[in-house]
Amino acid sequence: MKTTDTPPALREESGIPGQRTANSGVPGTSRTKRGEGHVLNVFSHGVLVIWAILVILPLFWAVMSAFKSDKAIFNSPWALPDSLSFDAWGRAWNQAHMSEYFLNTVLVVGGSLVGTLVLGSMAAYVLARFEFPGNRFIYFLFVGGMSFPVMLALVPLFYVMDNMGLLNTIHGLILVYIAYSLPFTVFFLTSFFRTLPTSVAEAALIDGASHTRTFFQVMLPMAKPGLISVGIFNFLGQWNQYMLPTVLNTDPNKRVLAQGLVELSTSQGYKGDYSGLFAGLVIAMLPVLAAYIVFQRQVVAGLTAGALK
Amino acid sequence: MQHGKYRFIIGFLIAPMALYVIFVIWPFIQSIYYSFTDWTGLSPDFEMVGFDNYTKMFKDDIFWKSLEHSVLLAILLPLVTLGLALFFAFMLNVGGRRRKGALISGVRGSGFYKIAYFFPQVLSIAIVAILFQFAFDPAQGMINGSLKALGFEHLPNWLGDPKLALWCIMAVLVWCTTGFFVVLFSAGMASIPKDFYEAALLDGATRFTTFFRITLPLLWDTVQSGWVYMGILALGAEGFAVVNIMSVGPGGPDYSTTVLPLYVYQAAFRDGQAGYATTIGVALLLVTLAFAAVVMKLGRRERLEY
Repeated sequence: MKTTDTPPALREESGIPGQRTANSGVPGTSRTKRGEGHVLNVFSHGVLVIWAILVILPLFWAVMSAFKSDKAIFNSPWALPDSLSFDAWGRAWNQAHMSEYFLNTVLVVGGSLVGTLVLGSMAAYVLARFEFPGNRFIYFLFVGGMSFPVMLALVPLFYVMDNMGLLNTIHGLILVYIAYSLPFTVFFLTSFFRTLPTSVAEAALIDGASHTRTFFQVMLPMAKPGLISVGIFNFLGQWNQYMLPTVLNTDPNKRVLAQGLVELSTSQGYKGDYSGLFAGLVIAMLPVLAAYIVFQRQVVAGLTAGALK
Repeated sequence: MQHGKYRFIIGFLIAPMALYVIFVIWPFIQSIYYSFTDWTGLSPDFEMVGFDNYTKMFKDDIFWKSLEHSVLLAILLPLVTLGLALFFAFMLNVGGRRRKGALISGVRGSGFYKIAYFFPQVLSIAIVAILFQFAFDPAQGMINGSLKALGFEHLPNWLGDPKLALWCIMAVLVWCTTGFFVVLFSAGMASIPKDFYEAALLDGATRFTTFFRITLPLLWDTVQSGWVYMGILALGAEGFAVVNIMSVGPGGPDYSTTVLPLYVYQAAFRDGQAGYATTIGVALLLVTLAFAAVVMKLGRRERLEY
């Protein structure tokens, strides 16, 4: 029905009917358009290509520099490395402690991610599925946290952590990461749990499963797509976290990758081991970059599902 | 059954609530309280000083400078980033003409562009900042190296020049966030029915009209939430990270790149003025909330259903 309605409506909009008939010959239209369209085409394609180069070039430069000597980095920044030298990689991995920072990051992000997903989905499930006094209040308390500037809370938080003995510990950092990931996670998963059908959960309850069991064995597996989306979002956010560890984690042995790299860039500036620094950068960015290339469809779907809600 | 239900609700909410209240809500409440004290952060003693910190803040030149820079970031960055992203997303999704028989499609190579543009988004902000700190190096960096190769003689001292430093910081933030919005807007554009475009094409609409008459109005909600998201990023964590890592000092020559979150950080953890730092933090909170409110108010339009 709709398709038959559309053309007349559009014809009225275009005003003079005569003009429309003159234009309606499709080859004619495209021929007259091609002249002005061509300039636009070249311009648009040019901008697209330039942006692609702007995005890829710095990354390419970093990877290339990691294989070069310090002298070559400065004297011929755009030349390909003479030989594939992995010296700098070894220096970065061992002497600059990138291996330790890598391990710290894996521990912190691993713990936080599991914690965020478990606690976030528990809270979201209860808030989405049960009526109880205070439900809306708790929901808005969580969601409101999305728009607060974290820096404001960090000053008192530093002293809260200090008093609890959590400052400069891996588990303390994990707890803070989880707490600051909860607003978005609860927000996203609450709306996700609302879309799941209730009949399956009701059937499980009638069969004698407890609420807890229903949640873990029935609802959680059904929520898998939502968990993957929000999981990717949190993984990238937590892996790339810089502000929280900078303030709350000042022990040199507990550094995460971002801190280690900043430290390395300051100290290498004095020592002049630039290839080591670039190797460190590449070590830190390659795993995520590789994961993105392999899973780019899921990453993009996860991130946009998260942000569009 | 009822009894079991409440036990279950409490059991499931207690852990997430406890974490959230201890590490997020409680510090927020505390920080507003501390903003009325002369607490140094170094000793446990402090006294209430009323609005002293606030009057001090209003007379503080560095505060006004950082406020100006933060507001500039919050207004200009979303404008440039979202503008670029809208253009790219439009080209990549509906910019092509009569390719592969489909009337409406992206330009050639759009699949590749979509993957490549997103690269910076998966990189840690710290990595991006370090990378560009080296690229901007006046003597040995990639940018001046390339300019020299092209024959330019007077090469700018990018991050060391108070007039240029903030613009360099903004360029980096645009570089690393545009890709995300390209992908976000592409997803939004994919849900706009194709017949809208086909009808417009039959009427002889140019890309220009198609974009302003069809794409932008139907995408408005996404653009608006993107605007708020980008503004909060610029006012908060990302702005802090880039300025703290990249700029000289940090904070730039003559405070030319100091932004509010950096000033909070320095006042609290470098200058031993925790009370005053939370006062600046409260100002940051107000700026963020005002920004979100203004965007929501200005951007309000009739919601289009399709």
